[in-house]
Amino acid sequence: MRPERNIGAPILLVNGVSLAFGGVRALHEVSFDVREHEVRAIIGPNGAGKSSLLNVINGVYRPQQGTITFKAKTRHDMDPHEAAAQGIARTFQNIALFRGMTVLDNIMTGRSLKMSASFLAQALWFGPAQREELENRRKVEEVIDFLEIQHVRRVPVGRLPYGLQKRVELARALAAEPDLLLLDEPMSGMNLEEKQDMCRFVLDVNDQYGTTIVLIEHDMGVVMDISDRVLVLDYGRQIADGTPDEVRCDQAVIDAYLGVAH
Amino acid sequence: MLYREAGQFKSTYAEDQQIFPIRQDRIGVAILLALAFVMVPLVANEYWFSAILTPFLVLSLATLGLNILTGYAGQLSLGTGAFMAVGAFMAYNFALRLPWMPVLGSFVLAGLCAAAVGIAFGLPSLRIKGFYLAVATLACQFFVLWALQKIGWFSNHSASGVITAQRIEILGYTVDSPAAKYLLTLAIVSVLALAAKNLMRSETGRSFMAVRDMDVAASVIGIRIMHTKLLAFAISSFYCGVAGALYAFCYLGTVEPEAFDLDLSFRVLFMVIIGGVGSILGSFLGAAFITLLPIFLNLASEAIAHAFDVQISHAIQSNVELIIFGGLIIFFLIVEPQGLARLWQIGKEKLRLWPFPH
Amino acid sequence: MAFFIEVLAGGLLAGVMYSLVALGFVLIYKASGVFNFAQGAMVFFAALTFVSLVERGVDFWLAFLITLAVMVGLGIAIERVMLRPLVNQPPITLFMATIGLTFVLEGLSQLTWGSQPHGLELGLPDVPFEWLAAKTNINISQFDLFAALTAGVLVAALAVFFQKTRIGRALRAVADDHQAALAVGIPLQQIWAIVWAVAGFVALVAGLMWGARNGVQYALTFLALKALPVLILGGFESVPGAIVGGLIIGASEKLAEVYLGPHVGGGIESWFPYVLALAFLLVRPQGLFGEKIIERV
Repeated sequence: MRPERNIGAPILLVNGVSLAFGGVRALHEVSFDVREHEVRAIIGPNGAGKSSLLNVINGVYRPQQGTITFKAKTRHDMDPHEAAAQGIARTFQNIALFRGMTVLDNIMTGRSLKMSASFLAQALWFGPAQREELENRRKVEEVIDFLEIQHVRRVPVGRLPYGLQKRVELARALAAEPDLLLLDEPMSGMNLEEKQDMCRFVLDVNDQYGTTIVLIEHDMGVVMDISDRVLVLDYGRQIADGTPDEVRCDQAVIDAYLGVAH
Repeated sequence: MLYREAGQFKSTYAEDQQIFPIRQDRIGVAILLALAFVMVPLVANEYWFSAILTPFLVLSLATLGLNILTGYAGQLSLGTGAFMAVGAFMAYNFALRLPWMPVLGSFVLAGLCAAAVGIAFGLPSLRIKGFYLAVATLACQFFVLWALQKIGWFSNHSASGVITAQRIEILGYTVDSPAAKYLLTLAIVSVLALAAKNLMRSETGRSFMAVRDMDVAASVIGIRIMHTKLLAFAISSFYCGVAGALYAFCYLGTVEPEAFDLDLSFRVLFMVIIGGVGSILGSFLGAAFITLLPIFLNLASEAIAHAFDVQISHAIQSNVELIIFGGLIIFFLIVEPQGLARLWQIGKEKLRLWPFPH
Repeated sequence: MAFFIEVLAGGLLAGVMYSLVALGFVLIYKASGVFNFAQGAMVFFAALTFVSLVERGVDFWLAFLITLAVMVGLGIAIERVMLRPLVNQPPITLFMATIGLTFVLEGLSQLTWGSQPHGLELGLPDVPFEWLAAKTNINISQFDLFAALTAGVLVAALAVFFQKTRIGRALRAVADDHQAALAVGIPLQQIWAIVWAVAGFVALVAGLMWGARNGVQYALTFLALKALPVLILGGFESVPGAIVGGLIIGASEKLAEVYLGPHVGGGIESWFPYVLALAFLLVRPQGLFGEKIIERV
């Protein structure tokens, strides 16, 4: 548990969201809120619908029922571009980096919404396009410093080891200066040292920038240590929602993880 | 020894973002441009201009266009010939029907027309990907050529759609010698190549590559997929359109729609593959390679004919050329799928260490 | 009315001929995930080899067997020289390699056998059935019908092959994922050699049919381009789809040529099948029978 911090009013409200693919029910009437500046964890066995939930929040999937309220705007669905414009950024379970580009270019794409020079100005280069490019480069370098990846700036991301790729993906999400950051298993496939680094980064993001974080994580130690509140999903339904201590002792959660017959 | 970066520090981001960050590269490019603009016109003869240099430049421009679409943005297109045809015929029409318009203006307008056609036939890319998209561009290729032939207006109602490009007059000076046409083409291609490089290292280029590599992730970041794809088609077709206009005005002089058939589209695609997908330099290398190959083969077969005192018929020659052509493509795809541009890069890396082994 | 049926029938039968070529594509795509642009060149090569042998006095069936052997050999050679080094490359690279292969085959065919067009006699007259013409005034060529029957038999045989046999299953596995297939011990190289050999056989049959119809000439290589709209309609991986797609394209192309063409100056066969396929794609991006592509994030 983390010491008391400056947690604000709810910034995200998920209300009765149901999602199905054909006959497969991915989510069933999930409702919860996320408060500003907090670190919210979503846990649950594999196939519980956690990634689908993030995809709904961020507009990649359209729920059949339910609404999402972000920054006081309620909607039934939105497309990913809108979600990004509103200040939601995310990382993916299977690393969605652009393999043909260097680390620097990948992170620069994160600034895409902040760049507004027309393509004609860009073709000219000198003038407003260059100024904008250099300004955004400065911001990106701040993120690179923050995540300590200066030494691989110019390396094509396909060549990096898995742990570094995850860090670059986080950098790309951070470069957008988001209000809400959705992290899908940011520590999967990492060894202990890498996990500790990643935890440190996530906490620093929350401390320094005040970014609200929602993360999906399997490592219980991590979840208990860094999150303020935890949501537990099982077979698309929420079975618990509270502080880490409350959730740890909840019978339904214990059953789900130990595999009691439904 | 010569090619070292030691001592060249960058202290501002502006310096770091240069097109040629290494001083030796800058010197090299300056020399190349000086040679191209000054030395070559003094030294080369007519044959070189009209059969080698000018077509090389024109095709480089078309290759640049296709590279932007297929190499950077990942949208496979087999319709390059059609876009060039639009450029050629519209430039002819603008020069014909708006005689007050300077020729360069006609070229730009022709390019814009090609861009419009590109956007129209690029619309399917919003739903279709990969090979299927290639088929959509084939539809464009066949339909456009048919239209240019059937609709008399395009060729001013000449028989079988043949057009003869008008004389080019710029600021009172007539551009009609091969050397002058070469210089005009060189100037236009240089400017457009620079613009392309600037575009590809800016946000436009990054969003193209993002859409190419993983479009779902790109949309999550906030890149508008539709906008990006259509922009890629537009810019690419503009370049191909201008290339087509140059093809007619500065290279062939007289063209008909068949000159821009599927064969040409494939040739340009090969230039992209061999030169290097997603590389501006590669476009030039690929175009040079494919333009020079038939000439090289010609010389080789003449040498063999002399050496062994045999007559090699034209038919045999062209068939061997086909085989070598196809073989080279397969060879490149196996050995270096990233093309000549990558080989060039590897060469430069080795050059940095030379003469030391590591 | 009789005229319409005649045109329609002619179109359907022409479509069957397209399907014959499309089948070769589907085979290779289904079994190795490669879109073999060189299929048309293979048809040309097969037809040219066969006809050149026959013209030199070789007996029909012997020439058939020899050509078949050549095609099988060609398939094995292609696997060895071109496909093996390119295992696991993205499909676009393989596609470009087959374009290169097309050029090589074209040059090779003409270098070996010369470039004059040849006629091909299969012993089937291209004349209409007398009794049908007499009764209903509709002309349907005997040759076309035979071609349709051949295609039908081929399709049925291939469909059974893929669905029911063990090799068929292995082929489908290979098409999905080269590395995974290797990992479970499927002999990738043998499988590919088999596939390309069978495709060569299909190419030979198609070459014979087309050669008899239009003569064996360079234009046969462009059959690849004719087959593309067929494949789009039918889906790249479906054997029955190749037939259905062929029928639709053949029929609509003929009908458009006859009924639409005169209004717009003719010559629309060059682009009509493509535009039709394009319109189709916009509605169903995976074709009639193709499998929906699901992208997981």
